[in-house]
Amino acid sequence: MAQPLIKKDDDRDDEDNYSPFLGIEKGAVLQEARVFNDPQLDARRCSQVITKLLYLLNQGETFTKVEATEVFFSVTKLFQSRDLGLRRMVYLIIKELSPSADEVIIVTSSLMKDMNSKTDMYRANAIRVLCRITDGTLLTQIERYLKQAIVDKNPVVASAALVSGIHLLQTNPEIVKRWSNEVQEAVQSRAALVQFHALALLHQIRQNDRLAVSKLVTSLTRGSVRSPLAQCLLIRYTSQVIRESGNITQSGERPFYDFLESCLRHKSEMVIFEAAKAITDLNGVTSRELTPAITVLQLFLSSSKPVLRFAAVRTLNKVAMTHPMAVTNCNIDMESLISDQNRSIATLAITTLLKTGNESSVDRLMKQITNFMSDIADEFKIVVVEAIRSLCLKFPLKYRSLMNFLSNILREEGGFDYKKAIVDSIVILIRDIPDAKESGLLHLCEFIEDCEFTYLSTQILHFLGIEGPKTLDPSKYIRYIYNRVHLENATVRASAVSTLAKFGASVDGLKPRIFVLLRRCLFDSDDEVRDRATLYLNTLGGDTEIDNDAKDFLFGSLDIPLVNLETSLKKYEPSEEAFDINLVPKEVKSQPLAEKKAPGKKPTGGLGAPPSGPPSTVDSYEKQLLSIPEFANFGKPFKSSAPVELTEAETEYAVNVVKHIFDTHVVFQYNCTNTIPEQLLEDVIVVVDASEAEEFSQVISKPLRSLPYDSPGQIFVAFEKPEGLPTSGKFSNILRFIVKEVDPTSGEAEDDGVEDEYQLEDLEVVAADYILKVGVSNFRNAWESMDPDSERVDEYGLGPREGLSEAVNTVITLLGMQPCEGTEVVPPNSRSHTCLLSGVFIGGVKVLVRLSFGLDGAKDVAMKLAVRSDDVTVSDAIHEIVASG
Amino acid sequence: MASNGLCPSIKNILLLDSEGKRVAVKYYSDDWPTNSSKLAFEKFVFTKTVKTNARTEAEITLLENNIVVYKFVQDLHFFVTGGDDENELILSSVLQGFFDAVTLLLRSNVDKSEALENLDLILLCLDEIVDGGIILETNGPLIAEKVTSHNMDADAPLSEQTLTQAWATARDTFTRTLLT
Repeated sequence: MAQPLIKKDDDRDDEDNYSPFLGIEKGAVLQEARVFNDPQLDARRCSQVITKLLYLLNQGETFTKVEATEVFFSVTKLFQSRDLGLRRMVYLIIKELSPSADEVIIVTSSLMKDMNSKTDMYRANAIRVLCRITDGTLLTQIERYLKQAIVDKNPVVASAALVSGIHLLQTNPEIVKRWSNEVQEAVQSRAALVQFHALALLHQIRQNDRLAVSKLVTSLTRGSVRSPLAQCLLIRYTSQVIRESGNITQSGERPFYDFLESCLRHKSEMVIFEAAKAITDLNGVTSRELTPAITVLQLFLSSSKPVLRFAAVRTLNKVAMTHPMAVTNCNIDMESLISDQNRSIATLAITTLLKTGNESSVDRLMKQITNFMSDIADEFKIVVVEAIRSLCLKFPLKYRSLMNFLSNILREEGGFDYKKAIVDSIVILIRDIPDAKESGLLHLCEFIEDCEFTYLSTQILHFLGIEGPKTLDPSKYIRYIYNRVHLENATVRASAVSTLAKFGASVDGLKPRIFVLLRRCLFDSDDEVRDRATLYLNTLGGDTEIDNDAKDFLFGSLDIPLVNLETSLKKYEPSEEAFDINLVPKEVKSQPLAEKKAPGKKPTGGLGAPPSGPPSTVDSYEKQLLSIPEFANFGKPFKSSAPVELTEAETEYAVNVVKHIFDTHVVFQYNCTNTIPEQLLEDVIVVVDASEAEEFSQVISKPLRSLPYDSPGQIFVAFEKPEGLPTSGKFSNILRFIVKEVDPTSGEAEDDGVEDEYQLEDLEVVAADYILKVGVSNFRNAWESMDPDSERVDEYGLGPREGLSEAVNTVITLLGMQPCEGTEVVPPNSRSHTCLLSGVFIGGVKVLVRLSFGLDGAKDVAMKLAVRSDDVTVSDAIHEIVASG
Repeated sequence: MASNGLCPSIKNILLLDSEGKRVAVKYYSDDWPTNSSKLAFEKFVFTKTVKTNARTEAEITLLENNIVVYKFVQDLHFFVTGGDDENELILSSVLQGFFDAVTLLLRSNVDKSEALENLDLILLCLDEIVDGGIILETNGPLIAEKVTSHNMDADAPLSEQTLTQAWATARDTFTRTLLT
């Protein structure tokens, strides 16, 4: 008896490993495909071979063009067979091969025959295949049949034609738009899916006609739509109409809201959910409008289906960001989801709870989360950490339990990103909640005692150096820091040395002790560590008075992006002239200040790490310009503007311009791209008419020899202008060139070209082009250190404005200066505002501007402008800019 | 397919085995342009979901800004992917339709070897569910019927009758399932 049993097991093993496609090989299958050419077709065998070919394609095997075309041709022979199963496979393989084969158009006649067959399945499939391979001309030939098919009484045929219509609308919109009548008829179809497809197509045909869409929605919301999918579409179209109509009617009713609300009682969950989602997404939704949607979502939360729970909790999570109060009713259901098997659902539930929770529930929540944290993946943990961070900022009084939670999870296992998220959170809490500082710093100290990530250790040490000396008892941190000098790798040791020095510099009482520690570091095995120790000992040592300059140099924040400093240093060549750090460009895109205001965002520089400089386009421009000998005597460019588009998007030629400002010159760099594959442009120049810019005179124009398809080229035009003045002017531009036809197959251009030109948009040089955005860290100090005699004050009426913030932005853009201390943001509903700007004027003159705005009457904005600068004429110039702007 | 406006769209349908290898897959969006990026996505989805229990009810997760709904049976893993603002229940109805149709087509022997034996049916099934990202049909029995409607051309020669028989059996199973 035992014998057969074992045998059976063996069989089973074989069966498990058995695959009909075991050892399949492309070459062999291509050989096999010759059966398609047999005069006596074996339908079964042909089907099998096609399946094998499809299997290969599905596994990612690629066929060369020749192979694909060959198979394609032989497949077309199979249209002779009347076997339906085989025909299905033929349709399938034609669709799979058509992108890679040549001459697919040869099957057209066979397909057109099938399209008129009596067999529904033939018609439906032939339409789908034909529409996949068709082009514009062929489409006009078959259009008549397609229109017929749309209203075919067989739903499969109708759907096939409608769906093909949706695809064709992308390539041949003008033809598909002519089918409007038939499509409209199909919308009334009894078949659910036909209705869905017809509605989708009808809406896409009319999508650019708001009125028509609105009419469509109005007529359909009265209730003739049966299919759930079509109903979902209708809900989407309705919310689009609501969004575009914008306003709520006099009575406070939102048009179509009733329809959305009635969909919440639909029998299909799909529709209910779509409607609930649409309601929560409404612009400025009120809590009264939200309530019914929240109620159905709450029911979904306790569904047995994970998909429903997920959909509901995800939507509620989004609602909680804007309307936390509306979601609180679901909190009990949500809490039970924390233990959901599906971790995505559990995470969403937790983060929602953290958003909606009130102060009293924090402690209970934290307990639940602690249990939960151990069994979810790192990426979910990061989401939770970020949610806890914002919770803590919301309830600063609760910092103790939240900080404890963070420090506990910091001690547990975790990857770099997770640990970084926790450390960043603690840092932000320390920064924003003064009470949390001491305990937070100690948590960080404990963490670096046993931290495997060099990056995090150095960042924390740096942060300790800034915050530690400001605490009540700085000495307790010294031990933690000095321990690093003993136990870590060279990178961490070096930053520990720097941190020690910072304590020494800031806390006089600690200085002698720090000196002892630093001297010990002189014997370190790493030269960087030794160098730093020596440097600090020398700067801090000797006199009791620490030289202010030295202190600034060592411990002040470097207000220059490191990337810029690096490139400048690389460019510097030893010469008589010393390296001047003031010449290093200071433009930075990211603003640490704004980030502090928005702690919910990704903390890129959370640890006060120097923000990484922008990809230095400025430098690359400079290199480009310096490489052109004609511009060599212009000197160094003072400023290069951001590219200004001179053409509309998606035109034949795309041109943008960068304005380079020099002391006595302006260079326009026109970046041109030719977007037509069939054209080669030669001798491309930009003819600039400077008649509206009298003070500019053109000196050099560097044309572009040739501009092939899709490879950008540059044209330069240089103007001379009065030295040091913010001369403005308007320039009109024409692109002039010789166009040559290119043979698309060979890629060769014809010999003869035709002269042509292309009108570009006008270009202006404005005052802001002469001012560099350079921020100052302490505006008040900077302002007071400037000569009060250079101050120029005047008042301006700005006339009626949308609001204060619009007025502030206009002036900032006009001057092109760097707003300081976040003053570019106007608090809502304020009647007055002061904005601080700083910059460097052409010629390297520092300028500070203090703008006081006030609302005068309903909309009129008045502004007081005070300017101080190193040069009185520049102060006057700023006033002139504002006066003429 | 780039943009279909507000129309629900499916990014891909995957049928993988218990090791994450392809049985049959179909991509409708350009998010994964090369075969290697497709394979990477499949591997990612598989490893992220393999430990979950998606055998009784379809499960769902959010991966790389895509919603993935999935269901496992025997050694087969079914996945349907859509964009992150897609209605989760629509995606799940596509998954259910695919799953039901395959169950009918494989006569309830839903496992990898059976699926490979009947790969032609599986591929036709995929073809009948979604066309270029647009949902064609979500009703499992209807999909299965479309795949198996191998009735003969009016004047088909008798020698090809075997397929008619095959279809008859398929129809039997199918009606039986409908009745139960």
